[in-house]
Amino acid sequence: MRTEDLIDRLALDPPPRFGFGTAFLTATLLSILVAGGIFLAVIGIRPDIGRAAESASFLFKFVATMPLALGALGVALRLSRPGMAAGGWRLVLGAVPVLLATAVALELHQVPASLWQSRLVGSNAGFCLILIPLMAIGPLALLIAAMRRGAPERPALAGGFAGLAAGGIAATFYAMHCPDDSPLFVAAWYSAAILVMGVAGCLAGRRFLRW
Amino acid sequence: MWDQGLEQEWADLMRMALAGDSAAYRQFLLCITPHLRAMARSRCRTLGAPDSETEDIVQEVLLAIHLKRGSWDSSRPIGPWIGAIVRNKIIDALRRRGRRTNVPIEDVMDTLAAEEQAGGLAQLDIDSHLATLKRRQQDIVRSISIDGDSIRETANRFKMTEGAVRVALHRALKSLAQLCRIQST
Repeated sequence: MRTEDLIDRLALDPPPRFGFGTAFLTATLLSILVAGGIFLAVIGIRPDIGRAAESASFLFKFVATMPLALGALGVALRLSRPGMAAGGWRLVLGAVPVLLATAVALELHQVPASLWQSRLVGSNAGFCLILIPLMAIGPLALLIAAMRRGAPERPALAGGFAGLAAGGIAATFYAMHCPDDSPLFVAAWYSAAILVMGVAGCLAGRRFLRW
Repeated sequence: MWDQGLEQEWADLMRMALAGDSAAYRQFLLCITPHLRAMARSRCRTLGAPDSETEDIVQEVLLAIHLKRGSWDSSRPIGPWIGAIVRNKIIDALRRRGRRTNVPIEDVMDTLAAEEQAGGLAQLDIDSHLATLKRRQQDIVRSISIDGDSIRETANRFKMTEGAVRVALHRALKSLAQLCRIQST
């Protein structure tokens, strides 16, 4: 086929009804609705939320999960556009492990060593490992579907960040249910659940985001 | 990379195209093609690939730009966006031909003056891919591309609405891109 003919043919194709940016934003909002819906329907907010909301370690969980979700969303968005680097969102995301490490160090400093293990094991580790990915699957699917409208130069990497974002959104909701507020617990189990989603995102990206 | 004024012009055309102006879109594709060709050719030469592959790569890049045009953020310069797509497609094409390679971005950006090539010689793999489309899609693609019929004429011939023809054409193009993708894995 002659290139000129190809161009004529392509020019006849109507423009996409909406761009990638709109698709990604919509997928993000839907992700929050989906994860929130499952959260309210299946597990719900913990009964002592009033008291918990006054404790620093409860609030810290959101200081960790929300920047994680936001930063990973930002990086996934930018990596889905050809010719763009991750930019400042990397810093938001990079702050999360630093915050987490600081909180863990403070806790280890304040709590006697004999209690470390019970803090780490907590009361709900199994739930955490199951429920966070369960709430994150829908958001991951939505984000990957939206990113198919984009064109990530490195599909697995972009998918991985979508996975972290989905995990971060799910973890933010889960944190309202979870009775374990210890940073040690959060650093171990939340991270594990979110990293599982990151790996799932990588695989999904490799499979679905190539172009 | 490219001249700023040139990129500005491309960006303006693409903005109009995304707003539904198909003449501007055609103009945009025609404007960038010589630049894509120059990039693809210099890359093929460097890597010892035959010149005949240049036009295949140009067409694959055009198709990718077409299918991914929604991924350009219209508030940003269009040059890096085009450059990244070209780089990606050149790597794909060379990988498919069994050579592993890295294309440094500087090399791709280092575009030569545009050269116009006498068209009409190159055959894209797409012609053989056509056979794998659904019958009706094939008919529509052939009617519009080879016989040069308009959407309306095609619609009349197949007793379809113009909208349905557009949709079928769009899907057919998507499937073709999918085939290119599968082939490259």
